[in-house]
Parts: sequence; C-alpha cells; structure tokens
Amino acid sequence: MSESTDTNGQRPDAAADRPQGREVAIELRGINKSFGPVRANKNIDLKVEKGTVHGIVGENGAGKSTLMSILYGFYTADSGEIFVNGQKVTITDSKHALELGIGMVHQHFMLVEPFTILENIILGAEDSAILETSIARARAELKRLAEDYSLTVDPDAVVGDVSVGQQQRVEILKALYRGADILILDEPTGVLTPAEADHLFRILEQLREQGKTIILITHKLREIMAITDNVSVMRQGEIVSTVRTADTSPDKLAEAMVGRHVLLRVEKDKANPGDIRLEVNNLTVKDDLGVPRVKDVSLTVRAGEIVGIAGVAGNGQSELLEAISGMREPVLGEIKISGNPVTFHGDDGAARLRRAGLAHVPEDRQRLGLVTAFEEWENSILGYQDDDRYGKGLQLDIKAAREEAVRRIEKFDIRPTNPRLKTANFSGGNQQKIVLAREMDRDLEVLIVGQPTRGVDIGAIEFIHNQIIAMRDEGKAILLVSVELDEIRSLSDRILVMFDGHIIAEVAEGEADERTLGLYMAGVNEPAAAE
Amino acid sequence: MDFSDIILVLDSSVRLAVPLLFAALAGLYSERSGVVDIGLEGKLLGAAFAAAAAAAVTGSAWIGLGAGIVVSISMAMIHAFASVNMRGNQIISGVALNFLALGVTVVLAEAWFRRGGNTPNLSGDQRFGSIDLPFAAEAQANIPFVGEIYAQLISGHNILVYLAFLAVPITAYVMFHTRFGLRVRAVGENPTALDTAGMSVGWLRYQAIFVTGILCGAGGAYLSTAQGASFTDNMTAGRGFIALAALIFAKWRPWQAMFTCLLFGFLSAMQIRLQGVEFPLIGEVPVQAIQALPYILTVILLAGFVGRAIPPKSIGQPYVKER
Amino acid sequence: MSARQPLPHWVTAFLMPALNVALAFVIGGLVVLAIGENPLEAVSVLIYGAFGYGEGWGYTLHFATNFMFTGLAVALVFHMGMFNIGVEGQAYVAGLAIMVALAFDQTHWTVVFVTSIITAGVLGAMWALIPAYLQAKRGSHIVITTIMFNFIASSLMSYMLGQVITRPGANAETETIDPVGRLPLLRDIPGLEFFGFSPVNVSIFLAIAAGFFVYWLLWHTKFGYKIRALGHNPNAVRYAGVSAVTVIIITMMISGALAGLVAVNEAVGVQKRLVVGYVNGAGFVGIAVAFMGRSHPIGVALSALLFGALYQGGQELAFEMPSVSRDMVVVIQALVILFTGAMSELFRPALERVFSARSPGAETAKAASESGSG
Repeated sequence: MSESTDTNGQRPDAAADRPQGREVAIELRGINKSFGPVRANKNIDLKVEKGTVHGIVGENGAGKSTLMSILYGFYTADSGEIFVNGQKVTITDSKHALELGIGMVHQHFMLVEPFTILENIILGAEDSAILETSIARARAELKRLAEDYSLTVDPDAVVGDVSVGQQQRVEILKALYRGADILILDEPTGVLTPAEADHLFRILEQLREQGKTIILITHKLREIMAITDNVSVMRQGEIVSTVRTADTSPDKLAEAMVGRHVLLRVEKDKANPGDIRLEVNNLTVKDDLGVPRVKDVSLTVRAGEIVGIAGVAGNGQSELLEAISGMREPVLGEIKISGNPVTFHGDDGAARLRRAGLAHVPEDRQRLGLVTAFEEWENSILGYQDDDRYGKGLQLDIKAAREEAVRRIEKFDIRPTNPRLKTANFSGGNQQKIVLAREMDRDLEVLIVGQPTRGVDIGAIEFIHNQIIAMRDEGKAILLVSVELDEIRSLSDRILVMFDGHIIAEVAEGEADERTLGLYMAGVNEPAAAE
Repeated sequence: MDFSDIILVLDSSVRLAVPLLFAALAGLYSERSGVVDIGLEGKLLGAAFAAAAAAAVTGSAWIGLGAGIVVSISMAMIHAFASVNMRGNQIISGVALNFLALGVTVVLAEAWFRRGGNTPNLSGDQRFGSIDLPFAAEAQANIPFVGEIYAQLISGHNILVYLAFLAVPITAYVMFHTRFGLRVRAVGENPTALDTAGMSVGWLRYQAIFVTGILCGAGGAYLSTAQGASFTDNMTAGRGFIALAALIFAKWRPWQAMFTCLLFGFLSAMQIRLQGVEFPLIGEVPVQAIQALPYILTVILLAGFVGRAIPPKSIGQPYVKER
Repeated sequence: MSARQPLPHWVTAFLMPALNVALAFVIGGLVVLAIGENPLEAVSVLIYGAFGYGEGWGYTLHFATNFMFTGLAVALVFHMGMFNIGVEGQAYVAGLAIMVALAFDQTHWTVVFVTSIITAGVLGAMWALIPAYLQAKRGSHIVITTIMFNFIASSLMSYMLGQVITRPGANAETETIDPVGRLPLLRDIPGLEFFGFSPVNVSIFLAIAAGFFVYWLLWHTKFGYKIRALGHNPNAVRYAGVSAVTVIIITMMISGALAGLVAVNEAVGVQKRLVVGYVNGAGFVGIAVAFMGRSHPIGVALSALLFGALYQGGQELAFEMPSVSRDMVVVIQALVILFTGAMSELFRPALERVFSARSPGAETAKAASESGSG
C-alpha cells in the first residue's frame, strides 16, 4: 500500500537517532504484537526523550493504543525490547510498569464511578490494610499535587458526579500519586470540551517543567503542534516518521498520517442528481452514555448521487449512520426519506426505515450487519425476514430464501458458494459481500453505506466500488461514510467532512486535494491559515 | 397483643432472621466482587448437613460449625473456579450447586444415618445453647419494659445469633474502611480498573467468594445445630433465595441487609400469628400472602417502580481482558 | 499465543458435551463408591429398573414426558440468550387448569384433553408474562424475577389449594376427575398392555408434538429466526429492526405455555387432581435436560429420556440398594448442569493441545481464514 513516500523523506530511525545530549526515558526496539491474524504493531522502534512531550499521531486503528498498552504492561509484546531510563526491562504487568515509574491515562477512564476521588486515587496503592491512614496521606499528597500542577479536585466528590475533565485530572493524579515520571495519555482530549482541553495542556506543560516525560497519543494535529516537542506518526501498525515538532507542519503530518495509498481509480461518469431522496435537518444524536455525538447536522442526498462523509473515526459518523438507519433515536431534528418524515418510537425503527426504502450497509458488519453464527442464507435475509417473498404468514420459506441466496452468491461472486456454510467461516471480504448483496439487491430509494471496504482485500474493493457506482447510475441516492479518504474521493460526487459531530466543510468532487481534506479531518477549519 | 406478645414476636423475628442475615452478608461479598451467587441456598444446605453430621458424630457443636464452614467454602470454591477460571455462567453454576447440595446431603444422610435423609437428633453439647447475658434476670425483675426487652429479646440467644449481628458492623467496616473492601467493591464495579492498576481480578474474586463460604457455613450450621436440632431434607426451604432477595432489597449494603432480614424474619414470625385474624376493611389475610411478600417486594423493587436496585456494574460477567 | 485455536465442529458440538456428561457420571459414580456401594452394580440396577420391564419403561416415559415439556421450555429461551428458571413455577400455576378439566370431566376425555392443554398453556404463559415484560421493558434481571415468581407461585398455589379449590373434607387437594374424562393410559391402547400399571398416558404424544413444534418454530418460522438472531447478536437484531421487547415477551410466553403442559400430563393425566407441589422439581430437571440436549429438540428428547430413566431407575435403585437414596438422581442432575452448563469449556484447553499437536499448521491457517482480515 505505502510506497514509503514519507513527505519529510526521513527514515524513522534517522529521526529517532537525532536527539543528542538529552537522556532517553523510553526506548522501544522492534516491538511486534498481533491479535490473531491482525498485526497491530509491526517492528516498532521509538525513543522518547526525558522531560519532553512526545506526540504519537495516527488514525484510529493505526496501533497507537496497543503500543502504549504494551509499554504499560497491559499486553505483552510478541517480540521486541523495552528500555526504561537506559535499563532493559521486561514489563510483566501494569503493577510492574508503575514500579518503573510509568503511568497511563487511558482513553476510557479506569475509574470506579461510585467511589470518591480519594478512594479512586488510593485504589491499588493503599499504604496498609486499613484505609484511614492511606486516605489521610492521599489527602495531604493531593493538596501538594494540586499546588504543584494546578490539578485541583474535590477529594470527597464522587467520581460519577464530576465532569469528564475532572475525571481525567483524577486519572493524572492517580499516576502522579504512584510516583509516575513517565505519563502516557491516550487520546486525552477526545472527551473534553475545548476549554477543558486547554486546561489539560497547561497541566501538561507544568508537568514537563517539573521534569516529567509525557507521551501524548492523539489523532488531532492541532494538539500535536500546540504541545509536543517531538512527534511520531503511526500508520497501519508502523511508525512511519519521527521528527521534532518544530521542524514539521500540520499538512506534512496529515499526509504522513493518512498515507498515500495506491489510488484505486473508479471509472464513473459525471453524476446526474435528481430529486432529494434523503433529507436530514438539524439532527442531534447522543450516544449510549448521553454524550452528544452528532451536533445539529443537516444534509441532503439526491437521487443519482453519492455523498461521501469524510472524517477521522469517532467524530460522530457512527451515530449519524445509526440515526439515519433508524437504530438510534435522535434527540433533535428530523429525517425524511423521499419527502416523508420518519417517526421514531419503539425498538424496531430500522424496520420502518427499510419499508420506507432505505437500505443500510453498516460500518461494523460483524457487530451489526451479520449474525456470524448463522448460515449464509440466513444472513441474506436479515432485516428483510418479514418480507412476503420469504414466506407468507408465520412460516419462513427456507427454499425461497436459499434460492435467492444462491442467486446472490453468483451475482456478487461470494465465495465459498455454499449458502449452508456458517457465516463466520467466510473471509472478511466475502462477509462484506453478503451484507452488500442483501442490501443492494432490492428495490430501494436510499442506500447508506458505512466503511464498505474495511478489512476487505483489493480485488473485492474494486468489485464493491463498482457496485456502488452502478447503484448510483440506476438513480439511487447514496450516502457513503468512510475513514478511507481515498475511497471517499474516488466514489463521492460531493464530500462532507465531519469533525467533532459537526459537518465542517462541503466540497464538490475534484475541488479538494488530499491534503486539504486531511486538514479538515484534523479539525483545521481554514487550511490556508495553517500554512 | 400485649407487650410480652410483641416481645415474643420480635424475639422470634430475630431468630428467623439469623440464617437470612448470614446468607445475605455472605452474598454481599461475592456479589460486591462481581460474582452473582444464587447458590447461597445450596451452601446453607450443605453446611447445615455437614454441621449436624459432624456434631452428631463428634458430639461438639463447634466441630459441627467448622465442618459446615469447610463444606460451604468448598462449594464456594467450585463456584469461584467456574466463574473465574472457566468464565462460565455464574447463574448456572449457582443452580448446579444448589441441586448438588440438595442431592448429596440426602444421599449421604441416608447412607450414614439411615433416617430417611435426616441426621440424628442433637442435644446437649451437640447444639449451640442459649447464652444468658449478665443481669438478665435482675433487669427483667427490676426495670419495666427495658428490662424485659433486655432479658427476652437481647439476652438468651445462642452464640451464632450474636455472631450474625456482629458480622454486620464487621462487614460494614471491612467493605468501607479496609483495603480489601475497597478492592472488592472496585472489582465489582470496574474490574478493568483494577487490572490496569496491576491487581489480579481473579484472586480478589476468589478471596471475596471465600468469605462468602465462611458466612454461609455459619448460617447453615445455625439452622441445624442452633435453631434446629438435626438436619432434615431440604431444611433451608428457600431461605437462601430470601437472603438473596434481602440483599437486592438492601441494595448490597450491610446495615440495610440486616434491617431487611429482620423485616423478612418478622414477616415469617407474623405468619403464624396472623392466621385467622380479621383485619378491618381487608378482612383475613392469607398467610401465603405474607409468605410471598419478600418475593413480591423484591420483584417490585427490581421493576424499578419504587426506587431502583442497581447491582454492582460488572456483576455476572466473567472478566476477559478487552482487546 | 492467547488466541483460541478453533476446534473441529464435531469436537465442540459432540465430543466436549459428551466428555462433560461423562465426567458428571464418573463423579456420581465416585459418590456411590464413597457410600460403600459398587457403582457398576448400581448402574446395572438402574438400567434394569428403567428399561428392563414394561412397567419400568412406562414410568421412564412418564417422567420423560414431563422433562420433555420443561426441557423444551428452558431450551427455547436459551436460544434467545436468556435463562428461564421459572419453569417450575409456570408449570405449578398451570396446574389450575385442573379446574377446567373438572368442569368438563363428564363429557369425554378428548374434551378434557384439549381444554386442559389450552388452559394450562395460557396459565403457564401468563405466569411467564410478568418477568418477561419486566426484563424486556424495565431491564429487571429475568433470572432473579423468575426465581421470585417460583416462590410466589408456591404461595399462591398453597393458598388456592388450601382455601379456594379444596375438595371438601380434604387437605390441600382438589376433586378427582371423573373416570369418563380421564386421559387414556398407553396400556389401555390395544397392543401396549406391556406398560403395566405405569402412568404413561396420551400426553406423551403431546410432548412429542411439542418437540416438533419447537423445532418448527425455531428453524421454520420468521419468529424463530428472530429468536435465534436475538440470542446470537442483539445488536444485529436492532440493526434488522426487530423489536427485542416483542421477541422476549412472546418467547417467554411460549416457554411458559410449554412448561404449563406438565399440568396436562401430571395433574390431569396421572394424578387426576391437583395436589400441593405436584411439579416436584420437574421444572428444574428441565434445566439439566436443556443443557445436556444442547437446546435442540432431538437432544432435549434424548436427555429427557435419560433423566426419565434416571428418575425411574433411581427408585428401583433405592429399593434394591437402600443405602443409595433416590436423591442420587438429583446429584447426577446437578453435576450435569455444572459440567455441561457452567464448566462447558473444561476440556477445551486439553482438546486444543491434542488437536493442535496433531495438525499444527492447518489450525493456524484456519484461524486466519476464519477471522478474515477484519
């Protein structure tokens, strides 16, 4: 995929070797980690200087969190070496990492919500079997830490009741209380408001002044530029570049981060948009925890066009798709299919939208789109099981469903060709084709597609892309969400960029280059100004 | 009902509450650590049999208590193994252990004692006798009301009754003022938080379940060697489940568990008294209605119409390191 | 490597459960040994008692009929990914169907049979409805609520039998069904006199029909499709626009109805009246039956037969070997639940070692292809 075209032309080691004079707090050599067949980290080499803020930037799924979990002893690397302050170590578990002075602030806080802040701080670092003494010491220590690093919290507040910004401070305090000198922060601003994020950065600066080493994992370039001394870019499990932040720029990083994939050009004619088929007005959607993920989003998709939504994963695309497909009730706003507003009540919204003519290829086929324990033909009717063609009344017409599955297996070139095979035994690409075949091979007005080619091999990608284009040419309205910028660019007739729940930019086909889009995706509203 | 009747009812409420209290506190440790225990019933039953059998053979109630505790702990460890190591379904494991106790106790009782699934009757040192607290008689004679309460209600129980009530403040202290309690509560809420802080989720759960075993053992021994005077087939008769209901009703808190157990004990003490009693407006209340009341109250609470019993967040889920 | 090696299907579907059941019986054998009896001799007595003569067969089938109903009731809900511990109570409350049977017992047994099937089914379903509704709508844990409902059922029935529908002069039992309305026993059927005095009756055909019904429901109806989808992947059900609330409530009611059919066999068919505690644990045996039968109607039928044999043979055993109590069956039942239910993975590590030692390369290749590249 990558043609080793790092924009700065540096090999990772060259940059890592550069720091002179400064002591090295952490050094990783040749770290590898796989989860089953997925290689999350490939031959990672990394040096982090003492007393600096070192950024690790990359898209979701690039392997940043896995790498840090290895450093923190939560996972064990399959191979490779770790040096802490020049000493070779084998970090067996998190306790050991803490003893070495490594503390971690996880993306999802590791806090016990019904506990007070003090209880959370001493948990696992109690002085004795009786809590009172630990609590007294922690209270005094908290006061000191608050003064040193402007980390003020109410020690007796219950964690579940305080803001996420406060909760994050508790996480940092937990690490400091345990004597951490090296602090890893995993996507620390993902859950913070801009003001809270600014406060966090001030705290980090103070920590650095006091000689602490900080590793900051993020996908937001603004943060990298604002706070870090050095930055490493990760892509698909590898570190592709390590440079001084002062020597780089957001656009260089954006390009390194997104990578320059082999562009699979898709042959397509100019779009010929017709009537509005999907209309979304002022939609606001909250996630399961009540956090707003989609904020006042409006968009339209016309018959015969593909509208692509670009963005780094986790910026509200998933919740947007869930709302439009009827799976999640929005808190505000309306959705119209072919001019008819959709009503939400009960837990079968997705069926109502299907009846209105919407088909949905979900982002995560294994979690949502398939019952992997089912046979192939059974998944071929998921969501449409109540259609009359699969039997009238109660009975399921297995014969009809299987015949149709066989037809689709042929039409979409699904392999193996056995509809009685358990779905879990199909490869990722073929599983995706099962979903696509089911959703596309029918009468529909609007098709919404999330990550159509995630985890799919090259041959299947081309096939899937051509199918989507063919749907467009038949006059269907298509909304495409993908974190693969190339895919968005090669398929879309219009591109919307989503960041932090908002649509922050709209560009027509061919009007934006990769770099500009990359900057939008990183939350830079005015690409020109960032030059 | 005059004053001494009231005292009598309350006294019998206390006695009836004790096995519930032991079992509810036992369940509190396990469930606070995130492991559902619907096997309280089985552990009570197993311990009741072991205690009666050992007391009958050795002649010592204390050895009986020890045997009851050992058996209950062994059953608890099977549950821990299924829940922690096998990552099995905790409900199913509990169901299995309940039946195991139901079957094994009778099979062994029959094989060892040949009394239709019962143990021989216990007497003397084979049972826990009542203890008269100092000055009980004098107080009753000289101080009105308070003296009677002291002599009839507070004094004159066996040692296990006092231990059960002593276990309440101890549990409250252990849960909320010790390192062990802090960690147990934490592992029940967010095991990943403990794992990432370098503590073993499995080991903590084993420890908590061990305590569950001890307390259920005492509760079982109480049934057969203190309250009763022998083991009889299925003598727990659902007390383990009432205790579970009490625990849920108490929202997994020790003092509330004590009050709930006393309430449920009171309800069963009243059953006999209320038979045939006409109430104004509603008339006669069937005893079965009072019998079912703890269960009905628990269902209403679980339904969330009045208050809400929110269990420890990780309860029932085997801990698996997330990818 | 921590990732699990996939085992061949026949190993996970047949060998592992078989090993678990075998372990349950081995430990049961050790208990017999511990009380000073010969386990092999006990097994032979047991088998003779269950299958050695017509009447034994008849009793075995009679017990199996009850276990078939309760096993199917538990298995059906398992397919939905939930656990109905309330089968005992549902079956108990359904016993009130006897009142309808008594009302029609002067007509003909077919009328009694049909009306009591309907009433028992409806009553069982209604008793399952509240826990189902609370689970579906309010998230109240169905295991706890069904346990509570078992006890509530017990109190309710003891009230009904004690004060409401009692036969005058009797203690906690109803009138007896008139001979005209009694369900025919199998031995009344010409050619089946073989069954002797055993109580096995026409309800056994109802149990077989129930097995076919559950099979048809799960694998040949749209609703069964939804039940299974919910059991495997609740998220996909939401994606498909299937109302989980509806599926949970209806499935639980069907389960309750199946449980209720115990009343047709046991109360209407055998005892011909309603007595306190008539279900006698059959609802709980259903849990073991469902586990052992892998929740498949054929498996459930076979394990119902096995448990029927255990219950009947166990009585014979208690008679022949007085030191082995009937309750030995409960021990086996518990061990089966423990090993096939809560410790079903017990042999997996060992089996994985055996199978990866046999074909090291093939397994990893399969792992890679199965999980795809996603």
